[in-house]
Amino acid sequence: MVLPTASNLAIDATDIARRFGASWVLRGVTLRLSPGEVVGVLGVNGSGKSTLLRVLATLIKPHAGSARVCGHDLAGAPEEVRSQIGYLAHAPGLYDDLTARENLTFAAAMLDRDSRDVDAVLDRIGLLPVAAQPVRGFSSGMQRRLAIGRLMLIRPRVLLLDEPYSNLDSAGLDLMNSLIAEWVNAGAAALVVLHELGPAAEILDRTVTIQDGRVATKPTMHADPKADVSLAASGR
Amino acid sequence: MSLRQDWRRARAIAWKDLTAERRSKAGFNSVVALAVTILVMFGFALGPDGQAIRDAAPGAIWLAVLFAGVLAFNRSYQVELDGGALEQLILYPGTRRAIFAGKLLANFAFVALMLAIVIAVGIVLFQVTIPSAWPALVGIVACGAIGLVTLGTFYAAMASRSRAREVLLPLLLFPMLVPVLLAAIQATKALLGGNVMGDAGAWARLLVAFDVVFLVATFLAFEFVIEV
Amino acid sequence: MTHVAHSPSVTLPRTNRLSIFGWFAFLFLIACQGIAIAISPPDRDMGDLQKIMYVHVPAAWMTMLAPLTVLVFALRYLWKRREEDDLLAAAAAEVAVAFAGLTLVLGMLWARPTWGVWWTWDARLTSTLVLFLILAGYLALRALVDDREQRAQWSAAVGVLGAINVPIVYMSVRWWRTIHQIQSSPSTVDHAYVIGLRLNAFAFLFVMIYLIRARYEASLIERAAEHESEAIALGRGRGTAHE
Repeated sequence: MVLPTASNLAIDATDIARRFGASWVLRGVTLRLSPGEVVGVLGVNGSGKSTLLRVLATLIKPHAGSARVCGHDLAGAPEEVRSQIGYLAHAPGLYDDLTARENLTFAAAMLDRDSRDVDAVLDRIGLLPVAAQPVRGFSSGMQRRLAIGRLMLIRPRVLLLDEPYSNLDSAGLDLMNSLIAEWVNAGAAALVVLHELGPAAEILDRTVTIQDGRVATKPTMHADPKADVSLAASGR
Repeated sequence: MSLRQDWRRARAIAWKDLTAERRSKAGFNSVVALAVTILVMFGFALGPDGQAIRDAAPGAIWLAVLFAGVLAFNRSYQVELDGGALEQLILYPGTRRAIFAGKLLANFAFVALMLAIVIAVGIVLFQVTIPSAWPALVGIVACGAIGLVTLGTFYAAMASRSRAREVLLPLLLFPMLVPVLLAAIQATKALLGGNVMGDAGAWARLLVAFDVVFLVATFLAFEFVIEV
Repeated sequence: MTHVAHSPSVTLPRTNRLSIFGWFAFLFLIACQGIAIAISPPDRDMGDLQKIMYVHVPAAWMTMLAPLTVLVFALRYLWKRREEDDLLAAAAAEVAVAFAGLTLVLGMLWARPTWGVWWTWDARLTSTLVLFLILAGYLALRALVDDREQRAQWSAAVGVLGAINVPIVYMSVRWWRTIHQIQSSPSTVDHAYVIGLRLNAFAFLFVMIYLIRARYEASLIERAAEHESEAIALGRGRGTAHE
């Protein structure tokens, strides 16, 4: 077994702390992910899971601690970090007045990708029939799929997913899991914020729980009591 | 990141902003309606005496466009804030200048069209005679629009994301626009008056110089104001 | 590299030195005002009203100097990202607003008996008014943004742009006024007044430096207190003391 060293970790975060105003949301989170790992992040509402993701996505700066993503320092090389990650936020981040196809075409232009890839992506996420409709009329599940489609255009090495299963129907859940599996097989790592294990159980390698702003060594609250059982049963 | 890639991104952003604006149904029409309404209000405030309102025409037109334009500038960032798109926009590769350039282009198209309509209405309401040097007038109006849009797009990046945005944007923007407005209004006035004192050219040159300075400064400073 | 933000990133000042300097600055100012008033003859047109210029003109000069200070510290902040530079820029801006306000009020007090109106849209006063508004916008921005880093970064960008606009505003307003009538502010060219002006310019400079420094040190103390309470809030729940 290859021991993870600093140079080959996908995510190497030490003592990340972040406050909003006067209260600390994260107090010192230490986390390590190797390429090919899928790690779930659990915790109650407001425990700082989304904040952790946003710090790792370089959207907000930590007030203490440091991290490296694919070897690039968050503070020193944010542009390089951004080129490696794919961030699926809780908000869809789409333009309501543009059609599905236009949203992805825009993303392709911004990513410097060929716009001919867009239709293939639309087909894969099951939105080809409604590609010419404005996103304003989409259900939240469809918007989630479109956001996933944008992730496909990004082809990230590190996935930062914030509650990716919310609003998805069972076909959508399968889509998400199969995509994660594909990316992971290609060597990507994934950090997935969840509020319950359910649909993620089959793809997770392990979970961490954020409690009191830190990674809990012995979580007092299990988001899903079946968690340990399902993980144990799948032999991980 | 190469210039060609950045230019592609800027065009994509400009196209996106203009498409979203065209389809939103509310935006452009209401902003232009507001500008025209303000112009009419100026007419009431300054008229009906012919000479008085003819003298006031350039100022009234530019101010009407300025007051309505404030709404347009904030709107151009609103489209990013509504669905959380700004975060994704920042995460794309490429320089921040591409984002600024794209928004500048879109806002310029918006303001230029608004100016055309407001000037047409102004010519009628304020009894303005179109001078023979009207191509020069078009040039001056374009340069004034560039200055207005440059500073407006820059400050709106901050104001749209702060509290009291409707107040903060004018508060930040208007004093900064004094040189551009003075130059544009004085040049316009001179041209409409037949340029008897020959100072239209001097004001026009000043206006272009101001535009260059502000374009360079805002391009350099934009990366500091767009991060979340 | 670990950045530990909860150790005080601002060093507390030694206040004694500053109070001594403050006393010196104000006493020097009073002395200079006295000297200037005593040695200068009444102006042939304005009479004793001319004496107002020993406050108005140096105040105006400081109003030009203070934005330069804001510019320097704002640029340094953008370059080095040190909190101290942001606080210095903010302190300089507040002092600049005060001096701009003083210049304007004195200008109006001079204009009224001289021209019969409170305001004449003369180039220098008008530019000062625009500068006052630019600074007011800067301070409004600071008041409306809560996140510390965002506030510092945005203020720095706004401060730099505002500062470079100052000469541009002056140039455009002066052009605007020369085409129409020319009205002057208190004359500064007469030789008899130069000594008084120079003395008071220095006096005002010392006062301005003192005020900026005093404001800056007050915000340092505030910031250090904030850091302390944040460190305590962070430390709560930790097993071992960290810093």
